[in-house]
Amino acid sequence: MSKITEVAKEAIKKNCNPIEISDDFNQLQISISADQILDVVDFIKNDEACEFRQITDIAGVDFPDRQKRFDVIYHFLSFKHNSRLRIKIIIGEDESIPSITSIFPAANWFEREAFDMYGIQFRDHPDLRRILTDYGFEGYPLRKDFPLSGNVEIRYDEIDKKIVHEPVNLQQDFRSFDIQSPWERTNYLKEDKKNNE
Amino acid sequence: MSSSKTVTVNFGPVHPAAHGVLRLILDLDGEIVERADPHIGLLHRGTEKLIEHKTYLQALPYFDRLDYVAPMNQEHAFALAIEKLLDVEVPERGQYIRVLFSEIGRLLSHLLNVTTTAMDVGAMTPITWGFDEREKLLDFYEEVSGSRFHAAYFRAGGVHQDLPDGLTDKIFDFCNNFPKALDDIESLLTENRIFKQRNVNIGKVSKEDAVDRGFSGFVLRACGIPWDLRKSQPYDCYDKLDFKIPVGSNGDCYDRYLCQIDEMRESIKIMLQCLDKMPTGEVINRDSKIAAPKRMDMKNSMESIIHHFKFFTEGFHVPEGEIYTAVEAPKGEFGVYLIADGTSRPYRCKIRAPGFAHLQAFDLLSKGHLLADVPAILGSIAIVFGEVDR
Repeated sequence: MSKITEVAKEAIKKNCNPIEISDDFNQLQISISADQILDVVDFIKNDEACEFRQITDIAGVDFPDRQKRFDVIYHFLSFKHNSRLRIKIIIGEDESIPSITSIFPAANWFEREAFDMYGIQFRDHPDLRRILTDYGFEGYPLRKDFPLSGNVEIRYDEIDKKIVHEPVNLQQDFRSFDIQSPWERTNYLKEDKKNNE
Repeated sequence: MSSSKTVTVNFGPVHPAAHGVLRLILDLDGEIVERADPHIGLLHRGTEKLIEHKTYLQALPYFDRLDYVAPMNQEHAFALAIEKLLDVEVPERGQYIRVLFSEIGRLLSHLLNVTTTAMDVGAMTPITWGFDEREKLLDFYEEVSGSRFHAAYFRAGGVHQDLPDGLTDKIFDFCNNFPKALDDIESLLTENRIFKQRNVNIGKVSKEDAVDRGFSGFVLRACGIPWDLRKSQPYDCYDKLDFKIPVGSNGDCYDRYLCQIDEMRESIKIMLQCLDKMPTGEVINRDSKIAAPKRMDMKNSMESIIHHFKFFTEGFHVPEGEIYTAVEAPKGEFGVYLIADGTSRPYRCKIRAPGFAHLQAFDLLSKGHLLADVPAILGSIAIVFGEVDR
């Protein structure tokens, strides 16, 4: 990890009180709680050691087996220090996160997308509508319990001369083969190579 | 007392100047745009959901279908993400081939975008000349991968196959002839009075706004910010190549056009260097756990047949971890955020498309301009709905 990111890491550690901080693959990532987000985002945008001026993305992730099922991951980029930062927040299905659109206007559509795909609620968002799915769509497609084929299909009815929505009826079920082998993957070649070095 | 009345106009979803399926709700005061609300998602195919249900190898072709005018650049981001998680090296020849074809992708994208935008503002000829050149580039795609658009050529660890005999000569010839074709296109546009009237000072963005709105790529550089991931966070062999980053100053449609033209000239330089420096050797990491065995080996070795079978059914396992990798795609920063759970399928693959952020700022870009400027602005930020809607 470069020196500057090291500085940013220290600054964040001191000021933001993160739950966890990691730098796997040289990528800085911090975990915080949902109510910290506004302060932390404000800090990393304006602090000299960080200056993460641009938000590149917001990603939702679903872990249905967990008690709090969603991860929300914010990606930031600093032009000045040429570094990136990820902020991770874990929330449950019935919780909400403060929207960061007041600090990063570009977060607007990214938050709408996370809402559309996962049903994650963003508080005080100026315009939290669905964005990618159809008008009148029901359900949250990227949740792990949402079927790949969807729930409704659309066709044009020649007799009624209109578009009708019907439950999906597949002629052949989606074939999801269990292709995972019960054996663990061999790592001995790589380990041997490392040991030889 | 004069009273102004706002008229709401529905632009699209099918409109030749929308470069795809975009529905714009425009509030107009006379001919002046007061508010623009893009409704996207008409081309949403659930790419991210589909990828979660496929092995890493099967997921790769979906990336061709995102920004379909420059398919291989997207594959590059995904391949890099897997490589980092797996910790595998790419042979040098593989790296050069990937960079060579990434730059061909950049030409494909800019040629299409510059010339179609010119058509939107009234210039008919550039598109015929531009598509002529594009056709030659697509032939290179076809020779190397078998298909003109949906190449599925890059792999984790390198590329699928080596270049066929004689292709490097053809690309070399193209590189020598292309600047002349570009000069011709420029002679019709750059100093053209009508083209300048339609583009200069239209859709202007300040540096601050560009950063705030998540701009990247040439749209950001046209505002005067010299930021290019090929330079600042080089991947593959970009750090061994010598090229410049064209930067604009005004941040308007005309600067975005100029940036694209100059970038094409730089791409040609990169391609020539790639051809010059490309070593011989393998094009993909031959670790049989991540690459299919060679056809010849399969005739003689049982082990290879087993590898072949396991590779194409179960796929390779990627160790647990999460990673964000970004490449400088023709339209800006194209990122892949990949979460692997140790199986042969991605747990989550979030795709960051540059066009999504650019279109988001469409309200800002078009406010106060005339309705006739809407297509010019839309064209200048290079919207392709494959990547915006995913």
